[in-house]
Amino acid sequence: MIENTRAHRLRRARLVIWAGAAALLLSAGGALTLRAYLAPQAPQATSVGEADIRSEFSLIDHTGRAVTEADFAGRWQLVFFGFTHCPDICPTTLAYMGSVLDLLGPEAERVAPLFITVDPARDTVPVMAEYVSAFHPRLVGLTGTEAQVADAAQAFRTWYERVEEETAPGGYMMAHAGHIYLMDPDGRFEAVFQERDQPPEVVAEEILMQIEKEERQG
Amino acid sequence: MKLLVASLFALAIPMVAQAEIIVTDPWARASVLVSRPGAAYLTLTSDEPDRLLEVTSPVAGHVMLHGVETDAAGVSRMVQIEGLDVSPGTPVTLAPGSSHLMLMDLSRKLEEGESFPMTLVFEAAGKLTVEVPVLGPGAMAPMEERP
Repeated sequence: MIENTRAHRLRRARLVIWAGAAALLLSAGGALTLRAYLAPQAPQATSVGEADIRSEFSLIDHTGRAVTEADFAGRWQLVFFGFTHCPDICPTTLAYMGSVLDLLGPEAERVAPLFITVDPARDTVPVMAEYVSAFHPRLVGLTGTEAQVADAAQAFRTWYERVEEETAPGGYMMAHAGHIYLMDPDGRFEAVFQERDQPPEVVAEEILMQIEKEERQG
Repeated sequence: MKLLVASLFALAIPMVAQAEIIVTDPWARASVLVSRPGAAYLTLTSDEPDRLLEVTSPVAGHVMLHGVETDAAGVSRMVQIEGLDVSPGTPVTLAPGSSHLMLMDLSRKLEEGESFPMTLVFEAAGKLTVEVPVLGPGAMAPMEERP
């Protein structure tokens, strides 16, 4: 049944369905059956004043160096919280950040792209090193102790939660907010994006506009 | 009309059903690290109402169908989908950031450029095996159609 064409077709001939089975399947059918999989609890409200969001952290980068927000002072920051066991949202968002960096051209030098893990127990320095290199040569991976990560998340007013899931590798997953923060060269909040809301060109354009605006004012 | 007649038959006598499922553009992302779950994406089209019940692959211990729900606070979380309905004339696309097939317990790292078989089990159409090409770890869409 495998064909080398892009569309794989199957004509399943003469599948016999007995009346009883058909009735049963009809009753079992209907709309998508969704089971709350991760974090059935509603998260705490994350709507806080933008002024409260600030880049403040003490973490270890993927080369093993201890860093704080001061190491990135003078550069814009693109910050995303995630974890390396995340199958879809994190690779998608990190690839998107990579596209944004490429679209910035030479101005990318003025932007520090930071990926902060919310799963530091598993995302150690060597794991982060291998992971970030798959997405963009300039991407910085940050990990630390559970407390350091919690403090960083608190400063950015972001949210994450460990969720026990026996079928997941290691027995748990992390639920987390999927925002990308744009922080200004003083570590203050400038804007927030989600990958699905706009193409990377729009985010790159916004960053270039902010850089230009800041230069005019500076 | 054909459907109505078929339904009537279903109530009375064993039914002979014929359904065609078309799987377009299956693809997966390369694994960055071997112990991490993989993700595969595809588009399903059917000429009959059908339902994707199960997915298996020799490269994965098991495969889960996941959707993503976003709440009012903007927090996205994965939800497991027990089955995926496919209506005639309405293609269902699994794409990055919305829904995906999560490949758990990978037996090996998925390398960019290779491909692996994946078997989809449908309620009406039965089993269908497709060959899934592995694209880069940050790929966002299936490969462009070759001219």
